[in-house]
Amino acid sequence: MSRIASVFTRANHTALIPYITVGYPTIETTLQAVPLFASIGCDIIELGIPFSDPLADGATIQQASHEALGQGVTPGVCLEVAEKLSQQVEIPLVFMTYYNPVLKFGPEQFCSKCAETGIDGLIVPDLPPEEGRELEESTKRHGLDLVYLLSPASTEERIRLVTGRSSGFIYLVSLTGVTGARNRLHAGLESFVGSVRKRTEKPLCVGFGVSSPEQAKRVAKVADGVIVGSRIIQLLDEDRSLKNACSFVKCLREALL
Amino acid sequence: MPALQELERAYEEAKRDPSFWAEFDSLSHDYAGRPTPLYFAERLTRHCGGAKIFLKREDLLHTGAHKINNALGQGLLARRMKKQRIIAETGAGQHGVAAATICAKLGLDCVVYMGEEDIHRQSLNVFRMKLLGAELRPVASGTKTLKDAINEAIRDWVTNVKDTYYLLGSVVGPHPYPVMVRDFQSVIGKEAREQVLSQCGRLPDYIIACVGGGSNSIGIFHPFVNDKKVRFIGVEAAGKGVRTGKHAATLAAGTVGVLHGAKSYVLQDDAGQILGTHSIAAGLDYPGVGPEHSYYKSIGRATYVAVNDREALKAFQLLCQTEGIIPALEPSHAVSYAAKMAGSLDKKQIIVVNLSGHGDKDMDIVSEALGVEL
Repeated sequence: MSRIASVFTRANHTALIPYITVGYPTIETTLQAVPLFASIGCDIIELGIPFSDPLADGATIQQASHEALGQGVTPGVCLEVAEKLSQQVEIPLVFMTYYNPVLKFGPEQFCSKCAETGIDGLIVPDLPPEEGRELEESTKRHGLDLVYLLSPASTEERIRLVTGRSSGFIYLVSLTGVTGARNRLHAGLESFVGSVRKRTEKPLCVGFGVSSPEQAKRVAKVADGVIVGSRIIQLLDEDRSLKNACSFVKCLREALL
Repeated sequence: MPALQELERAYEEAKRDPSFWAEFDSLSHDYAGRPTPLYFAERLTRHCGGAKIFLKREDLLHTGAHKINNALGQGLLARRMKKQRIIAETGAGQHGVAAATICAKLGLDCVVYMGEEDIHRQSLNVFRMKLLGAELRPVASGTKTLKDAINEAIRDWVTNVKDTYYLLGSVVGPHPYPVMVRDFQSVIGKEAREQVLSQCGRLPDYIIACVGGGSNSIGIFHPFVNDKKVRFIGVEAAGKGVRTGKHAATLAAGTVGVLHGAKSYVLQDDAGQILGTHSIAAGLDYPGVGPEHSYYKSIGRATYVAVNDREALKAFQLLCQTEGIIPALEPSHAVSYAAKMAGSLDKKQIIVVNLSGHGDKDMDIVSEALGVEL
């Protein structure tokens, strides 16, 4: 069992998975935030590799990516950051990256580097399973998980495909749309999670739009993990001391207990 | 993905339905103004002193460019799929105008995404879209041009996928768009093939067309693809020069990548970040290119060359003065290459240039480039 999958073996425990864009607002922030989040009780950290055209992201993460790119945060830099972090924290680290930087790096070489630097898995939002064979084989060769995504618009056929192929967990996009803090969660969230649950035993984590402890609590009733990104990014920018971000993550953790 | 599968199924069904094509043909004729002439540019030919140059006059179409062919086809498909809300992206504004036009004609709601940079340099088309009842949404992210407008349109589509149809304007993006847009634009090449056969009694030696995303060029190339002796030349925008980095010559200077859901040539840096582009012609200002062009390049079926801003502007003036035709800056790139090439060819040879659009939209840019105050 992979390190990611074993996170979900704890009984009565909902995993908390914060997302941060590497190098936003600074590389130093990333290096400080991850160990702090781990100490608060986060279970996995999702490290975003900034991309020039982040199609699945809303305004907050677009802006964070843009600024990180401006500071020269390449996939190579992200790997260096990951290497430092994996020496400091015990919990699994996953990269969230668009496909083109991976393709340019070379999928095999990228996976080999990921494994070397202590990355446990990849989430590639613009890579559907139909196009994912090459990367999937490389991830397998290097002991990485490759997480695929489903949305409420996914058909039964698609749910079957993704549940069969995703490893580590399955990323359920809570709504039809892009990342970003929302005031309200999608009304059909429970039935969506339920419909995927019927078809797989793999862990299900819900992300996109989850931005408050109350929402996280609602998600935790049906899912195995909660992914929170944009709200944390906003707080990292608002308060560079990381105090606000940490107290928010703490509230999320408490809401899930 | 489910949205793409739904679209693919709907298009496959429509494609097999003769009534769909009957309506497409009839509106192409009565509303858009097809067929467009294949015109022998006699004075331009004489000026160049070589091969005969023919112009496929897509600039004479309703709305002033070939974009209406695709907008009509997809508009009819959207109506058939019972999607009331249409979204589109636009670079130069020609596709935005075509989409807004078809939506007005078919009674559909239209939202157009356009980069702020393009809004600034194509103000006339912005006004046109508004007159036609479209809602214009400025895009301020990234490079504020066509690629970012496509990003925003895709974000809108995934958000409002149930009731929204994404009317993509070029042969780019995820399947089935490159195939579907090619099919709707192939009307250009089908007509040109018949016209050149009836006017000259034979097929042309060269077909020359400009390539941004690549829809007008694929549209004229594709029906000749099995005519092995007909050589295709795609002309990209060299902007301020391919070596300066300020250009949009994706096939000439790009590498393989994935952009907007398609694997093709892309302008990118060593880390796989998509690069900004430059061209005097907003419609060519895109860092990707249709995958079918990449395929043509890889099998040697087409040759791709690049023409810079200055050369395009000169060809623009040349066509105005020799033929009384004001071309858009995009096909001015193709005219430039054709004029250069014609002189070195035998008088018996035939070049067909796809004159994909009219230059009215470019008056501000051209006057500024020529230092004339309007």
